[in-house]
Amino acid sequence: MQTPAPFEYERATSLAGAIAALKAAGAEARVIAGGHSLLPMMKLRLASPERLIDINDLESDLAYIREQQGEIRIGALTRHAELLDSELLAEHFPVFRDAEEVIADPVVRNRGTIGGSLCQADPGEDLSAVCAALKAHVVLQGPSGERIVAMREFQLGPYVTVVAPDEILTEVRIRTSPGAGSAYEKVERRAGDFAIGAAAAALEIEGGTIAAAGVALSALAPTTIEITRAEELLRGARPSEELFEQAGGIASEDCAPMADGRGPVDYKRHLAGVLTKRALRRAAARALQTEA
Amino acid sequence: MAVTTENLPSGEQERPIGFGRLKRKEDARFIRGKGNYLDDIRLPGMLHAAILRSPYAHAKINSIDTSAALAHPNVAAVITAKDLETLGLAWMPTISYDTQAVLAGDKVRFQGQEVACVIATDEYSARDALALIEVDYDPLPAVVNARKALDPDAPLIRDDKQGQLDNLASPTWEAGDEEAADRVFAEADVVVEQDMIYPRCHPAPLETCGMIADFNPQTGQLDIYNGNQAPHAHRTVYAHVAGLAEHMIRIRCNDIGGGFGNKVPVYPGYVCAIAGSIVAGRPVKWIEDRSENLMSTGFARDYVMHGAICAKDGRITGLKVDVIADHGAFDSTAQPTKFPAGFFHICCGSYALEAAHVKVKAVYTNKAPGGVAYRCSFRITEAVYLVERMVGALAMEMGVDPIELRMRSFIAPEQFPYETTTGWTFDSGDYANTMRVAMEIAGYDELRREQAEKRARGELMGIGVAFFTEGVGAGPRKHMDILGLSMNDGADLRIHPSGKAVVSLSCQTQGQGHETTFAQIVAEELGIPPEDVEVRHGDTDKSPYGLGTYGSRSTPVSGGAVAIVSRKVRDKARLIAATMLETRPEDLAWEKGRWYVKGDPEQGVLIEQIAARAYSGEPLPEGYEGGLDAQVIYDPPNLTYPYGAYIAVVDIDPETAAVKVRRFIAVDDCGVRINPMIVDGQIHGGIAEGIGIALMEVITFDEEGNCLNGSFMDYLIPTALECPDFELGATVTPCPHHPLGAKGVGESPNVGTPPAIVAAVIDALHETHGVTHIDMPCTPARVWAAMQGRPEPPQ
Repeated sequence: MQTPAPFEYERATSLAGAIAALKAAGAEARVIAGGHSLLPMMKLRLASPERLIDINDLESDLAYIREQQGEIRIGALTRHAELLDSELLAEHFPVFRDAEEVIADPVVRNRGTIGGSLCQADPGEDLSAVCAALKAHVVLQGPSGERIVAMREFQLGPYVTVVAPDEILTEVRIRTSPGAGSAYEKVERRAGDFAIGAAAAALEIEGGTIAAAGVALSALAPTTIEITRAEELLRGARPSEELFEQAGGIASEDCAPMADGRGPVDYKRHLAGVLTKRALRRAAARALQTEA
Repeated sequence: MAVTTENLPSGEQERPIGFGRLKRKEDARFIRGKGNYLDDIRLPGMLHAAILRSPYAHAKINSIDTSAALAHPNVAAVITAKDLETLGLAWMPTISYDTQAVLAGDKVRFQGQEVACVIATDEYSARDALALIEVDYDPLPAVVNARKALDPDAPLIRDDKQGQLDNLASPTWEAGDEEAADRVFAEADVVVEQDMIYPRCHPAPLETCGMIADFNPQTGQLDIYNGNQAPHAHRTVYAHVAGLAEHMIRIRCNDIGGGFGNKVPVYPGYVCAIAGSIVAGRPVKWIEDRSENLMSTGFARDYVMHGAICAKDGRITGLKVDVIADHGAFDSTAQPTKFPAGFFHICCGSYALEAAHVKVKAVYTNKAPGGVAYRCSFRITEAVYLVERMVGALAMEMGVDPIELRMRSFIAPEQFPYETTTGWTFDSGDYANTMRVAMEIAGYDELRREQAEKRARGELMGIGVAFFTEGVGAGPRKHMDILGLSMNDGADLRIHPSGKAVVSLSCQTQGQGHETTFAQIVAEELGIPPEDVEVRHGDTDKSPYGLGTYGSRSTPVSGGAVAIVSRKVRDKARLIAATMLETRPEDLAWEKGRWYVKGDPEQGVLIEQIAARAYSGEPLPEGYEGGLDAQVIYDPPNLTYPYGAYIAVVDIDPETAAVKVRRFIAVDDCGVRINPMIVDGQIHGGIAEGIGIALMEVITFDEEGNCLNGSFMDYLIPTALECPDFELGATVTPCPHHPLGAKGVGESPNVGTPPAIVAAVIDALHETHGVTHIDMPCTPARVWAAMQGRPEPPQ
């Protein structure tokens, strides 16, 4: 049996209480929600937090997917399974369902949360790329109130984010717009494995022209990476196979993969191109409503 | 759903008296989560052991300081090599007559090697205390690549062995006739050579290895709870290793969550648990975690092979093979004593070769020791992979369909029993017929048409073929033993006065369904319902001696024993029946469940009536002692030789190189099927494992000898999503020498699946990308590299 090192545990009964507990416990405390990244790391003794603050009782406050003020707002405790099942999300941002269908397995999806996924900031994690491509913002709550951070500024490095030790990510916000289409493409060694490489693409098409574009890659750099040169190329252009091929070429050049058990650098660069092209192709088709 | 050529069960067949599709008796507890695994067992006063392992692949140990760990309030003892030396337990024999350090004293020889053992009041404290042990190491250069292990400047790994001056683990072993093979090659029309690797992989049973040792200092009795595949042999080993009296050791096997060869060896952790219990005078439980299982216990394969194959007049005539086996730091490869390369020399395959020659040498490297026979009859998996890849390469070179070349070259039905050029006597077979059944299920010609159409559209589809013959059920006493123990198995059958039966076995189920299959054998032979037969196993105090379950040997060996012991009981019943019917035994005839008077079938007695009589006060035959029971030891006259034809259909994404197994057809001939449902289940499981080996499973190391696949994050095992609906078929060629006509089957699918899938991948890429070979695992990255014209062996 794999056993974690000793730790203390408390169960928060309110968001304010959880934040106060984090502040009191200091830097060696961790919030636990689904626990599907943190607990394995603790059992492998790669992580040894001194105190866990369990927020699973805050579901009534933090588990929701709703439309509000031209945005889709997702509570941080929303489980993968709920993201997968949400018709509202599928209608506006089908990239979520694409990604959720290939995230881990039902056991993990029943427990793991969007807040946990983003805060873990694993470079191979899927929802970070999805949210980056959608230009999402996240709400962080701390002792001195809340602040809103763009996904682009959220990750500071592998497994490191801007979330302060006494802050909790509470919500993800994504602006809705007509003519939006999005898609996720992933290649994995086996169902449920982390990606060898994955690409999220989001397009807004107005009058046959791309008005806004987001392209983000997972597992193809030390962090989630947005391919801004490709986004610039796409903006203002008319969607075409050649354009997406070109955007894929940029993704191949601008990604920064590392060789590991999933593959060498050249293959991963190749994948970045192929998957970016495919994700853009599907995103555009959905935006043009040629695909359900 | 599986398609099978057999009839689906009718209502009647669901409760057969004897052979048939009977639901597994053991599943009632397993599917309800009520199995009793090792970690479910808790003894009063039990302590917990945890093992400190080496972070280095090769390093000198200067000192070990255990004082801080001993100061931990919950720690009862810390054991190091020095402590074991005083007990004479510092080193133990492997199953291949090598020695292995129980705890490293002089130096560590692989990453994950056992260095110290903490005994504490709970498992958490035991693990916490590991971090308090200070070991001073001097790292040494590591030997990782088997091909470089014998280089003159390679660091010496086994300096503990007197006279060992290099990393040769066992000298070159040969089979076949080299001169004859050279002649056949000289006369050949076509010769093809190919380097290939069967990469290191791991059986990865979901229940890891562990033990509870309970030494009673008052009585000197050692009780062991340990899920292993050969409890009697283990007891004998412990008696030798620990200097304990064999009759004072009792091993009880819990329900086992998979073995697959991984639970054949004796591991250092077991010896530590025993030593811990002797030292502490209390029961000690040790259970390894997933990483420990993957990084330190018996791996499989790791064969670096070079093959040459030739053809004359359109058929295969000769084979030459040269192998380097990588055994890791200690040679604990599993095989019968006289066969240092196991049964690898069965690599002449299913073909009537004119000559073959095989040579195998083994080396030490700074990797975990092994290799065990992972769902494999002693290296037959490697042998079949080699020959089937070579036949595939030859067919490609000749421009002949791979099935056509096999059909031309098969051993013909009239040639059985067939002596192979490397010394095997194949018992029976009609290979071409089985191949044809597989082709029919697959719709082979239609598949080839589909492939051509898809190729024209730029799509990549491959069809792969493998045909294997295995030799399973080791084995005859005159030919094979392990550590001097004959590979025979016992059976003990007792019929109670009510006619209910208990049969005790020396083999050990790990999920194979023994509690059902062996009940069905008794039921078939005695004509009583299988639910009236209780199968006992896994307790050395309550079962006859035998060598256990691996190498697909349970049905070939123990199945023979149970058939014969049942017949002995039937013969005794006949004597009693004659007394009951007031006639002579030779005037009685048998039908299922009943002896009756020849010519007067109304006059008869049921087996339960006979059993009641056997224990009663009524008269018994002259000289009959009473009771109704028997016991036997079965010495099989030969191995059994199951075979099969497998066809895989794969699709490869032309851009991402991801391989999808779309169809898998398996036609097995394992002789008479006692429970066809269990046979199908075995085949399903083995194909799934084979898909894992072919597509994703591999244990690799970096240059320092760090293991890169020490968890299920990095060592991938397949899921249902990688497995297509398996399409099974069967042909039945009874084994002529087995009492039931049965052959082993458990390992066949693991043997036959990888070469079929690899052949399919190559077939998909040959015409368009010029690929002629790819080593496993066929991950997207490795397939893509092959498509770029630079296939690489795994690290």
